[in-house]
Amino acid sequence: MSKILVVAEHEGGKLNPSTPKCVTCASHIPGATVDVLVLAADGAAVASQAAALAGVAKVLVVNNPANDHPLAAVLAPQIARIAESYTHVFGPSTTFGKDVMPRVAALLGVSQASDIMAAESATRFQRPIYAGNALLTIDVPAGAKVVATVRVASFEAAATGGNAPIETLTLDVPLPTHTRFISRSAATSGRPDLQSASRVVSGGRGVGSADNFKIIFSLAERLGAAVGASRAAVDAGYVPNDMQVGQTGKIIAPELYMAIGISGAIQHMTGIKDARTIIAINKDGEAPIFEAADIGLVGDLFTIVPELERQLKG
Amino acid sequence: MRRIMVGVKRVIDYNVRVRVKPDHTGVVTEGVKMSINPFDEIALEEALRIKERGLADEVLAVSIGITDTQQQLRTALAMGADRAILVQSDGALSPFAIATIFRNLVEREKPDLVIVGKQAIDEDNGQTAQMLAALWDRPQVVAASKMEIADGKATVTREVDTGLETLEVELPAVISVDLRLNEPRYVKLPDIMKAKKKPLDTLSLADVGITDAGAFKSVKVEPPPQRQKGVMVKDVAELVAAMKQKGFI
Repeated sequence: MSKILVVAEHEGGKLNPSTPKCVTCASHIPGATVDVLVLAADGAAVASQAAALAGVAKVLVVNNPANDHPLAAVLAPQIARIAESYTHVFGPSTTFGKDVMPRVAALLGVSQASDIMAAESATRFQRPIYAGNALLTIDVPAGAKVVATVRVASFEAAATGGNAPIETLTLDVPLPTHTRFISRSAATSGRPDLQSASRVVSGGRGVGSADNFKIIFSLAERLGAAVGASRAAVDAGYVPNDMQVGQTGKIIAPELYMAIGISGAIQHMTGIKDARTIIAINKDGEAPIFEAADIGLVGDLFTIVPELERQLKG
Repeated sequence: MRRIMVGVKRVIDYNVRVRVKPDHTGVVTEGVKMSINPFDEIALEEALRIKERGLADEVLAVSIGITDTQQQLRTALAMGADRAILVQSDGALSPFAIATIFRNLVEREKPDLVIVGKQAIDEDNGQTAQMLAALWDRPQVVAASKMEIADGKATVTREVDTGLETLEVELPAVISVDLRLNEPRYVKLPDIMKAKKKPLDTLSLADVGITDAGAFKSVKVEPPPQRQKGVMVKDVAELVAAMKQKGFI
């Protein structure tokens, strides 16, 4: 039987939306018991959020001042120790999970199954390769510990309403001091979080400048949407890198994705192909984005976007 | 510092449109242009810039792969690496086996810094740096977009989902790099000629202590499901109507 440990991602006392999705992925494995591990300076608030997730059997908490910032070198030996009594260790395929989970895998002496988008059994997983241009199905050797990162865009969040017991652990694991946290840039303003937003409005190179991006922000506000950008727009310096959507940025699955002035390069499409509805606005009717868009409108975005916003108000 | 080691992987060139083989055993590689993994090129560029600032004596490029991988290592030497090592392997290796080989090379070469791409654009595993750091029991920084070296330490800014995070790590350390760290230089013809004279050593898997490739069994490789082309609307009014119909307004 599978015993799965899900490593919780959290910041500022809040469980990251990636964790409920990892729980769902773990729950897809038949007969699995799913526990969540919270490593924090003070994990009480996060643990109670994790305990409320449906399908969670138990929440383990390790409180340690060294866990104040999620440093992979500090977290990994603790996770590896707790993983000894589990068959599987799952973490999210976010920048947090991508950092810490391979380090855990190496300490356990196994390879990681990266970015899994489906768990067909306890040992068979599907994952994207070549920027999502091919899907690979792998078998992890029977009996080997399974360490995986979960592609969060592929899974719905686990429901709440559970009431799992919370257990506090003390670990006797030597922790390194060779890595120090210096700073983290503040999360962006009051807008919805790009990774988990149900609506996203993105601008591309066609927007033309940082100043012009105002019309994207304005439309997003009207729709209650998060704002994203293509790599071209980020590289051109219109917006900061944390807004990038695509293979090398964020992979998202909103209900509504509006691509404005985005041509639709493969690496961008990889980031949005699980979006429910894609609306594309571009002046080039031949742009590849229209091949994947549910609704397309060819025209000048500087005319269309303000007009759309006006009609949405009315 | 004395030496920076850079990992260089041979991959299908990023401009090639990758196609899945009809028998679902992999992707088409015959007659396809191969290049250095773009993230590794950035890693190499960063190592060269550190050396050019007088902070390192030597840049060593290493790769693991078939004999033809010498081409990519020659390119690395032409870019400015001082010497190269190819660990020859014909079959697939697991990320853990790759990290084990790197660990062995670190033992042989004693670098003060190892820089690799944050992922290779073929299998997108993104594991080598973190695993090497774990096996070596040294610091790691993943997805670096800015790097400063001073006083036996590296201050590195990395790209995270909420923005940027800055860490300070003691050397030796392992750093994986992201796209925005730098723009790799172009190779000039005289450098290609010079690169032919630079040392490129070859090791076998046995030389680096690998007996088991340990790769996951590949069951099948499939093309991804394609999104269907939707409808085109002719103006904003039609767009608004379509959005209303889908319940977005």
